[in-house]
Amino acid sequence: MRLEKRQHSSPWALVLAPIGAVAFTLLVSALLVRWAGAPVGQTYALLLQGAYGSVFALSETLTRAIPLMLTGLAATVAFKARLFNIGAEGQLYVGALAAVAVGGMHDGTGLPLPPMLLFVLMMLSAALAGALLLLGPALMKARLGVDEVVTTLLLNFIVLLLVSLMLDGPMKDPTAMGWPQSVALMGELELTKLIPQTRVHTGLLLALSLAVALWALMKFTVLGFDIRALGANPRAAAFSGVPVTRTMVAVALLSGALAGLAGAIEVAGRTSYLTLDMSPGYGYSGIVIAMLAALHPLAVVVASVFVAGMLVGADSMSRAVGVPTFIADVIVAASLISVLVATLLTQYRVRWK
Amino acid sequence: MTDRVLSLSNISKRFGNLVANDAITLDLQAGEILALLGENGAGKSTLVSILFGHYTADAGSITVFGKPLAAGDPKAALAAGIGMVHQHFTLADNLSVLDNVMMGSESLWQVHTRRAAARDKLAQVAQRFGLTVDADALVAKLSVGERQRVEILKALYRGVRILILDEPTAVLTPQESESLFAVLAHMVAQGLSIIFISHKLAEVLRVSDRVAVLRAGKLVAQADARNTTQAQLAQWMVGHEVSPPQRRPSQRTGQAVCVLHQVSTAPARERLNGVSLTLHSGEIVAIAGISGNGQAALAEVLCGTRRIAAGRVELMGQPLPHAPSQLVALGVARIPEDRHDVGLVGDLPVWENAVSERLRSPVFSRAFWVKRRAAQAYAKAVIARFDVRGGGPATPARSLSGGNMQKLVLGRALMHPASLVDTETHAFTPKLIVAHQPTWGLDIGAVAYVQAQLIAARDAGAAVLLISDDLDEVLTLGDRVAVMHGGHLGQAKPALDWSRESIGLAMAGAQDVAHAT
Amino acid sequence: MSEFVDILSNPAFWVAVLRIATPLILGTLGVLLCERAGVLNLGIEGIMVAGAFTGWLAVYAGAGLWGGVLVAALTGAVLGLLHAFLTVVLALSQHVSGLGITLLATALSYFGYRVSFPKVSTPPTITPFQEMDWLVLPILAEQTPLTLLALASVPVVAYILYRTPVGLAVRMVGENPHAAEGQGVSVVGVRTGAIVLGSAFMGVAGCFLTLSAFNAFFFNMVNGRGWICVALVVFASWRPGKALLGALLFAFFDALQLRLQQSGAAVLPYQMYLMLPYVLSILALVLVARKASYPQALMKPYRKGER
Repeated sequence: MRLEKRQHSSPWALVLAPIGAVAFTLLVSALLVRWAGAPVGQTYALLLQGAYGSVFALSETLTRAIPLMLTGLAATVAFKARLFNIGAEGQLYVGALAAVAVGGMHDGTGLPLPPMLLFVLMMLSAALAGALLLLGPALMKARLGVDEVVTTLLLNFIVLLLVSLMLDGPMKDPTAMGWPQSVALMGELELTKLIPQTRVHTGLLLALSLAVALWALMKFTVLGFDIRALGANPRAAAFSGVPVTRTMVAVALLSGALAGLAGAIEVAGRTSYLTLDMSPGYGYSGIVIAMLAALHPLAVVVASVFVAGMLVGADSMSRAVGVPTFIADVIVAASLISVLVATLLTQYRVRWK
Repeated sequence: MTDRVLSLSNISKRFGNLVANDAITLDLQAGEILALLGENGAGKSTLVSILFGHYTADAGSITVFGKPLAAGDPKAALAAGIGMVHQHFTLADNLSVLDNVMMGSESLWQVHTRRAAARDKLAQVAQRFGLTVDADALVAKLSVGERQRVEILKALYRGVRILILDEPTAVLTPQESESLFAVLAHMVAQGLSIIFISHKLAEVLRVSDRVAVLRAGKLVAQADARNTTQAQLAQWMVGHEVSPPQRRPSQRTGQAVCVLHQVSTAPARERLNGVSLTLHSGEIVAIAGISGNGQAALAEVLCGTRRIAAGRVELMGQPLPHAPSQLVALGVARIPEDRHDVGLVGDLPVWENAVSERLRSPVFSRAFWVKRRAAQAYAKAVIARFDVRGGGPATPARSLSGGNMQKLVLGRALMHPASLVDTETHAFTPKLIVAHQPTWGLDIGAVAYVQAQLIAARDAGAAVLLISDDLDEVLTLGDRVAVMHGGHLGQAKPALDWSRESIGLAMAGAQDVAHAT
Repeated sequence: MSEFVDILSNPAFWVAVLRIATPLILGTLGVLLCERAGVLNLGIEGIMVAGAFTGWLAVYAGAGLWGGVLVAALTGAVLGLLHAFLTVVLALSQHVSGLGITLLATALSYFGYRVSFPKVSTPPTITPFQEMDWLVLPILAEQTPLTLLALASVPVVAYILYRTPVGLAVRMVGENPHAAEGQGVSVVGVRTGAIVLGSAFMGVAGCFLTLSAFNAFFFNMVNGRGWICVALVVFASWRPGKALLGALLFAFFDALQLRLQQSGAAVLPYQMYLMLPYVLSILALVLVARKASYPQALMKPYRKGER
């Protein structure tokens, strides 16, 4: 069996391929539903209903989609430059940490600054924290040739331990009864709800505007060209004058900042506290989303809503039918693999010898 | 009637719309050296790749020593007695010569490698054919000529009786080529039959018994080497009468444009070692030498992608700037060696490639924003003026053929955005053109186009540095010629002062290296 | 200072070192085999989880301990086959394929666990491997058979790599696949074989956790050990002997920080000690980065016939 490059690949194929792949994944995941002993049709119906079937469901899905959009964008800009940032999980937590450090009610009142200023400061420090965390591995790659995959991965574990340390000590919530969580965020800094009686908050608008901003950056700016050229062909990029190390640094700062913001926005919009279980793997899911979106910032929005829908839908479906919620994770991971294969098939034909 | 050891019958192969081989029928007789001749893209490499099993033919059959050959399997080809010495060596740098040679010769299910026996066999084979190697040397440390010897030994070790050599002299000095020809004669005496691919006419006539000429995928002629001339071969290769390349010496040489004074770069596989050279406007200085002796370092220094460690480089009296964008702004036109991996970013559209080196100038960007319309208009102008075919400004650069890619690279280097305003004749001539293997891998038409552009630029006053491993090109185009060896640059003498023999000696490092002007 | 001496002179410490090193040795050998053939296998974390789960489940279902090990190895092999198909046959990105397999294998394992035991809060236990009292040597006698297996695997893998034709083929395929193809060796076949065998090792590394170190399957059990193995391979310059050394060194520090916490000599918060293994791994990578001699074809997709 071998692959032969196709002469023409229609642009329609590039859009239909991911959709077809996801449909295929859902079909195969039906086997898992059977294993759990539940009726397939009802399970999927409940899954979709729980994801998108009502205003409330949709609001839950969108709430979950917000951090996913941001980690998805973080992975997108990094992977576009071939910087494999697997550390978005750690950057998210470090951003949340910074947000609580700046905006938390330390000693009962927190920092005495006007709320608007404090809010901006909080967001900036979260972005900075995430950016700096990724800068280390990025520089190690650029200067020393150390593969960034393992370094960013290992940093995730280190950051989680750091957060645990902080929650035991300096950032501990004096009112919580032994439950490890941080001081609460100041009330004025919390993001307002978009729809009353739901959890979806203005962070959604922030995430959407960042998606558009990243798209514009990649398409219309010199830096965007530098990033795309560097990721596609580093030698040719250097030849045409792209400043390689500087661009790599810019990419690292952008990617880390986006993931850091994800953490801050989660704290300010959804939880108000920093806890150890705040992120059920949003950093890793962001990578899947970036690949599903074929590294296109606007498609990241769509992919995030899909993945969030699976996660939220699985929660509500599980309560009703009993199929373990992990099925959502299986669907998401399997979608990644099938989308990769489907996209490949749009460019290559399979030939049997 | 001599034995026919190999018989190709109606071999056809297409890659998409490109017909690489069209119903080729060819025989190889026992004990003969058959040269396969054709210009770049004629289908020679495809044909032998089919023979060796790297590709499967769409139609046709192959018979080896009377038995049909299974298609698409190098293992079958080796078992049938066919071996191949590839143009780009297939060796593992991190393994020893012995490892490279013996890999694959034993069954993968065997429990233990018989190393001592392999070592003895290698020594025997090496001696039989007069090729000396150190079995335990790491391939990374070998010279190009030694690596080729290992490539040849790989095939001989497997007991092949038909050997294919794909452009073997591309990387050898004239003297090393002679040694290779002696080895080939030795092989024939030992009972091998040889297929020899080349595009060098003189060599083909010297070495082979018969010549087969391919053109655009078809076999257009076969002839006895003794009864043919170079002119006849050239005509078959191209399809019409070809006049030998004319020398067009410079009419007027002007001031010094670029001066290198005792330039050295950091120690590396390829480096410069105390290189001195002066380039004047209105002349072409051609650098000859085997690839790998420092030419890439020289080109990279002048293109802004390599720093110097000692000495100084001046461009029009000022120190040479570091950044490529600054060099381009000062009027340096850069044509890199590898249009695929260095010259163009294949995934990006033609228009972004066309402006890539000038993107930071105010013409194509303001603050962060790219002026897309201006850039796309410029790309259209480049495509039109330099006849780049195969796509428009929005086509990804990798869709273009090799020749069109090179025209794009050339156009990008030789044109200037200001010429968009001045629509009559483009009044822009670069101050310095750095052309590193500008005609490599192009067909005759494209080669002629590129060479004509370089000469025209020179006549308009540019200083041209031409680095080429094609001796004919060097001697025809160069006004002055210098030879690079081991990081040292010899003196640049007028082209007519060199003979093929003296150049060959210099390429091998035999002459003393004096400071050049 | 005296706490250090106390800890190091206690044989129980060295027993712990070997025990902690076992999954690392097996996992690192697994990654080593894949990378020597030129393929990065980031699926290791997920394969270890899957191996831990399926091995334990098989024992729970009555398969016997070695049966469980076999199941774990097979699980790893199957996941390796998937990775080989995606990266070698389809030439997809090795990074993304590996991460996808880690996510998929982990999700499937957790799903399978919940389906099998829907209502439990503590996982059911099995009887793990016992210490080998019949072996009269000190320190080794207190190990379980899988540790012996791990230690024995090192010279076996070294022998295969350096003294057999298939090992030479693996190395060639990792350095220059075109050369291998030109000598009649199937790149796809050799790479697939190396990945499948390496992934089987990874599966066994995982089941050591559930069948030896502990006696049940927990969430987050593997906890980054797979990634540490990936770092250790670079540290070991892709050589089996150095891989053993690296694993032992790492286990030494891990065991040390545990003992320090327990001995009460710990002055820093416990999280800082737990960070130590990960920090050391990063440090190790940085130290060897300069002179790392990668298998030349590592991470480069190979398409047959494309030159």
